[in-house]
Amino acid sequence: MTADVPTYLDGNAAAGALREVFAVDLTAAIGRCNGCGRTGAFAEARLYVDAPGMVARCSGCDGVLLRVVNTPTDTYLDLRGLTYLRVSSAE
Amino acid sequence: MDIVSPGFTGRRRSGTELPPGQYLTHEFPVLSAGPTPHILPEHWEFTVTTETGEVHRWDWATFTSLPAEEITKDLHCVTRWSKLGTDWKGVSLDTLLADVETSADFAMAHSYGGYTTNLPLDDLLDGQAWIAYEYDGEPLDPEHGGPARLLVPHLYLWKSAKWVRGLVLSDTDDLGFWESVGYHEYGDPWKEQRYAGD
Ligand SMILES: [Zn+2]
Repeated sequence: MTADVPTYLDGNAAAGALREVFAVDLTAAIGRCNGCGRTGAFAEARLYVDAPGMVARCSGCDGVLLRVVNTPTDTYLDLRGLTYLRVSSAE
Repeated sequence: MDIVSPGFTGRRRSGTELPPGQYLTHEFPVLSAGPTPHILPEHWEFTVTTETGEVHRWDWATFTSLPAEEITKDLHCVTRWSKLGTDWKGVSLDTLLADVETSADFAMAHSYGGYTTNLPLDDLLDGQAWIAYEYDGEPLDPEHGGPARLLVPHLYLWKSAKWVRGLVLSDTDDLGFWESVGYHEYGDPWKEQRYAGD
């Protein structure tokens, strides 16, 4: 038996890709998983980048929270796995 | 307009043609959009569900007792690597679908772990697709999709669903995991169909 080396990064690694789409730093946002209801900082998500796109998964249930695909002309963003993202508006 | 033959646009490497935009690798890169499922053969099953809801089921023992084929094929990943002459053993989908009555035009492959990818049913027939369970003479590693994966080598590799657990046949061309966020619904590497609209 070989121990599984984690193949994911933490959610902070998504900062660059998400900055292209949102004007705020989403890695500090609080997200609620649409699958299991877990609520936590987006930075706690497990980020898979060795793939045709970027996939963030819930650290509680491994459900997909967010997918980002960059094509030569567009960025596709799928947020179906998040019930909400809570972004602090306080300075 | 396909007035230029693939051989003309493809790059020639030591006598071998690659689809446009691909480079040759001798590694076998592992791409993964999630944690690697570890499915024991005794817990594994493969199902084909027709458009009428009829379910055909194979457990590991039944599946591996079916006639298997040795397959040598080139692989082309949409992330631009190509690996040539890979050796597999698997069961042809012609064999698995032989007794399945259907008039469906499309199939959605479903995997352990939740991955999906859509294909025309015609692309799974006539010696074009397999459920593969050995690579290079060894049982297929979980990181490469073991115990068994779909192998459809004439399309980009994201169509060859790792950890496959079934096909759902349908009259409608629904979109799978990557196809629903911008990747091409068909994915022919020789036509460089990477993204929707290519
Ligand atoms: Zn969850």
